[in-house]
Amino acid sequence: MTQPVIEANALQRHYNVNGGLFQPPQTLKAVAGLDFKLSPGKTLAVVGESGCGKSTLARMVAMIEEPTAGELTIDGKRVLPEHWADLRQSVQIVFQDPYGSLNPRHRIGAILQEPLVINKPDLSREEREAKAREMLKLVGLRPEHFDRYPHMFSGGQRQRIAVARALMLDPKVLVLDEPVSALDLSIQSAILNLLTELQDRLQLAYLFISHDLSVVRHVADDVIVMYLGRAVERGSKEALFAAPKHPYTKALLSATPRANPAAEKDRIKLTGELPSPLSIPDGCPFAPRCWKVQDRCRAEQPTLSHDPHSAACFFPMD
Amino acid sequence: MSLLRIRNLSVDFATASGQFRAVDAVDQDVDTGEILAIVGESGSGKSVSMLAMMGLLPWTATVTADEMTFDGHNLLTMSSAERRKIVGNDLAMIFQEPMSSLNPCFTVGWQIKEALRIHLGLGRAERQTRAVELFEQVGIPDPAKRLSAFPHQLSGGMNQRVMIAMAIACKPKLLIADEPTTALDVTIQAQILDLLASLREETGMGLVLITHDMGVVAETAERVSVQYAGQKIEEQAVEPLFKTPYHPYTSALLDALPERATERLLPTIPGVVPGQFDRPAGCLFSPRCKFADATCKSTAPKPCSAELGHARCHYPLNTDQRIAS
Repeated sequence: MTQPVIEANALQRHYNVNGGLFQPPQTLKAVAGLDFKLSPGKTLAVVGESGCGKSTLARMVAMIEEPTAGELTIDGKRVLPEHWADLRQSVQIVFQDPYGSLNPRHRIGAILQEPLVINKPDLSREEREAKAREMLKLVGLRPEHFDRYPHMFSGGQRQRIAVARALMLDPKVLVLDEPVSALDLSIQSAILNLLTELQDRLQLAYLFISHDLSVVRHVADDVIVMYLGRAVERGSKEALFAAPKHPYTKALLSATPRANPAAEKDRIKLTGELPSPLSIPDGCPFAPRCWKVQDRCRAEQPTLSHDPHSAACFFPMD
Repeated sequence: MSLLRIRNLSVDFATASGQFRAVDAVDQDVDTGEILAIVGESGSGKSVSMLAMMGLLPWTATVTADEMTFDGHNLLTMSSAERRKIVGNDLAMIFQEPMSSLNPCFTVGWQIKEALRIHLGLGRAERQTRAVELFEQVGIPDPAKRLSAFPHQLSGGMNQRVMIAMAIACKPKLLIADEPTTALDVTIQAQILDLLASLREETGMGLVLITHDMGVVAETAERVSVQYAGQKIEEQAVEPLFKTPYHPYTSALLDALPERATERLLPTIPGVVPGQFDRPAGCLFSPRCKFADATCKSTAPKPCSAELGHARCHYPLNTDQRIAS
């Protein structure tokens, strides 16, 4: 078995939120203890609704945020802020919005070369430019695009540029934070194909953050389902989609609309809303919305076991 | 006689770089009590055609149509004062972003009662009862208390429910929902779609659902109209559309769905939607179509018959003719 390129142990990120004039400051647990491993050439998808902490996780892995507790190992090296500058070369991130993540005043060539200017200052100008042009070709753009500005490109092309920029430093891991959710369907499939091809060719590991289960089902090898900062279920894609164990996963799968009008609708209706992340209930965070809830769920907090496919639930689905 | 009848609707925008045609010769009918979905990618003109019908476009837009009638009223010749009596009353709309469509300075109760006061002329006490009733109908818990909440105090799903409550306050005959669930999470999306479908059952209103999500269309709509670059390119009932699409664009769009994928690489549609300056001469989809020939590139196709889903194509797919040739 290959050595995992990323390992996280009880990874945690809390934010301190200042209370109002008469309220004490509170702690927001954006990610509360998460374990995972990611091997080269594999895709780990993290799914969940808004506010579940999936983007905070992406930012911690990309070393934009520092975890408040827990341990993150990249490529065998423990991640500490003093090593960030070195390790950032092996982890790069692609953001959701290709309109906001490219500097409108820079030409594509300059955007692609910037990571090299910062991280590999000993490269000559010619070498940098050659590498940028090569990368442009790799993501399926034409050489004449090198001197254009971001506004001259469509959303799909911009996302290609964002992927190219992320690959400039030959990273081992790419964090993809909702890379296709801002794109139209016909463009989305082209970007997903590009990511698949690049993974095959470069043996990249992907941390794929998404809320769209049909996309996750297509790209992922392993899936983590998050709810209010905690992993509620973890497993291989096949196992998890075929037989979800956690009631929340089951509800999420049943609520995802399927593009088949003849399919039987067997939607599990969740009542209520996501609780405020400032006041996560004791016990199971999903208990207030769960239809299988029992007294034990409200008192104790279930945890994931070490099985390859496990759910943090006392009464998992059959 | 259909509730809404649009014939040959075109919308042009005057932009700094010249005229831009956002909607091009669209015909659309909506009957009482039916759910019509308008699907298309961004820039396909699906929202603009409905906004034009409601008279909500800015002055830069020029709307032309052969016919545009709603419930016996001619929307083309109507003055804007007359139109305002219908819009928000018999003809209501829900917008995509619930957070930015509500006024942050007023409580949601004030905003819903405004519609009741202006269109129905109800008294203060009647307005309160009706507002509570509406909130109950859309499934807002503790309605009397929520009436005095401001939009920022409610979640996205709750705000969307408030928007729906406002839209159905005057029992509209036609409700236009413009991407009502795009900004919401899937579990909330399921709740909102069920709510819209059940309101249709109760009140018998017509529902136009504008969306880009094929899954939402498959689960909610009865009839589907597919738009591409401002034109309606196909219209069918929902089941045959997913089974036997006639237009190559519809077919390619369905193939690009990740959930229909059979291989590791997804089928794609090369190229992009034509913009203001690169509109092709013939069929608008011809530069991206794998079946296109010289005819497609030179002459614009007319819509086919109703049996062929009004497909705007010289060579519609899934026909005997095609199989024979």
